[in-house]
Amino acid sequence: MAWIDRAVRAARPQVMGALLRYFRDLDRAEEAFQEACLRALKHWPQNGPPRDPASWLIFVGRNVGIDDVRRRRGEERLPPEETVSDLEDAETRLVEEIDGGHYRDDVLRLLFVCCHPDLPATQQIALALRIVSGLSVREIANAFLVSEAAMEQRITRAKRRIADADVPFETPGAAERAERLGTVAAMIYLLFNEGYSASGGTAHIRVPLCEEAIRLARLLLRLFPGEPEIMGLAALLLLQHSRAAARLDAEGAIVLLEDQNRDLWDRDMIAEALALLEKALRHGRPGPYQVQAAIAGVHARAPRFADTDWAEIDRLYAVLERLQPSPVVTLNRAVAVAKLRGPEAGLAMLDPLAPRLANYFHFFGVKGALLQQLGRAGEARAAFDRAIALARTPAEAAHIRLHLDRLQDS
Amino acid sequence: MLYAILCYNDEAAVEACSKDEIDAILKKRAAVTQELAAKGKLGPVARLMPTTAATTIRSREPFVIDGPFAETKEQLLGFYIVDCASLEEVIDVARRMKEGEAGSFEIRPLRLFEAGSIAAS
Repeated sequence: MAWIDRAVRAARPQVMGALLRYFRDLDRAEEAFQEACLRALKHWPQNGPPRDPASWLIFVGRNVGIDDVRRRRGEERLPPEETVSDLEDAETRLVEEIDGGHYRDDVLRLLFVCCHPDLPATQQIALALRIVSGLSVREIANAFLVSEAAMEQRITRAKRRIADADVPFETPGAAERAERLGTVAAMIYLLFNEGYSASGGTAHIRVPLCEEAIRLARLLLRLFPGEPEIMGLAALLLLQHSRAAARLDAEGAIVLLEDQNRDLWDRDMIAEALALLEKALRHGRPGPYQVQAAIAGVHARAPRFADTDWAEIDRLYAVLERLQPSPVVTLNRAVAVAKLRGPEAGLAMLDPLAPRLANYFHFFGVKGALLQQLGRAGEARAAFDRAIALARTPAEAAHIRLHLDRLQDS
Repeated sequence: MLYAILCYNDEAAVEACSKDEIDAILKKRAAVTQELAAKGKLGPVARLMPTTAATTIRSREPFVIDGPFAETKEQLLGFYIVDCASLEEVIDVARRMKEGEAGSFEIRPLRLFEAGSIAAS
């Protein structure tokens, strides 16, 4: 039944989006979707796959939901869909209706509802994984290292908050659509980051979260094929994820960019990302995702670490600092500057950042490494000690210990 | 007679496949194409990147747009494989090729290219 599974999974965002529009209630839409899937499991193996699985599921889900509402009101139920002779006709009409336009805004609304600004980021991501991606509560709980009961509660709370918040169901205007798109893109970016560099637990990289983020970015890109920032987002995630196999060694220890075996980088993902990036840049509307993707692209293009174009990376970080000023961006630029003009120059850029990055693991990791290069062993050790205290995963801590060992040896 | 076999599928459903599943599909197809290749009956084989990587050139404005060609009224009729240094260059090539024609050209970066063994006629 793998094909049914795949078809249902692929259709899920569209079907859930349409059912949410009908019922204006996440729980009811979810129940109707589950019921439609159960019926698909019963009907599809007998009758073969429908021409358009999404329309079939929307049609059946909508009827199930309406039926349910009627039953609760004590009204007469609709006839079961087996006896509806014009299912095929109705399906055809629905396909035309969907082609007519709602589809894009349905899926965007569904995503947007999940990352409603009233919700904290952790709830946004959990809800999107549950509602849009269809991951089970247990799968999400495992990914976030909390108990199933705690995750269930988190999702229930998020749903309640959304029910209380006023989410407009009219087709959004251009400005509102752009705002929704930005919010959704930010949620996908956070979801990816959670997988790329886990904020806790023993696994440093959580591949399924990264893959899900890429799937959602592609979904968004199919809906809005002309948005350069969405192209940039998809390119960025693909480029970062292309290195997944090289980022940890067999023992699960972190391998730095300069030490990675570049043969392990996924060339398909890199090629796709660079194609997206090139397309995005033609629009002449640069944004933070495009610039970050361009930086990742410089690394992806270098055959060896020594070939890295640090001057280009420095230039790109300067653009990013202007578009999206942040001490973390400046910290990353300092790394490029250190490569370009020596550790002293890099270190000079760190000092003004210290107050704002006092609790940031990577700040002390970078600072320690630069001090080490300058032969200032005592100060380097102090920075590394601070980094270990701030490490969020065993892999991060182990990596810094390795630096300390090297300090000891030298 | 030469035939083009164009593989259409729901992109979202293909993305729901794991890498192992994709590899298994490609391996199964390779069993067939290897037979053909041995008989000198296999032409270029190309797997296209997702439609999200596509750019479309139309006759009406805007001339170049992002995304695949999606109107169901027109079908894919053939394809050229060209070696260009940049998207700018291939857009220029396509524009020149398309001059005076109706319809649309879709530019899709190739993911895989095998030249095949059929001599051109």
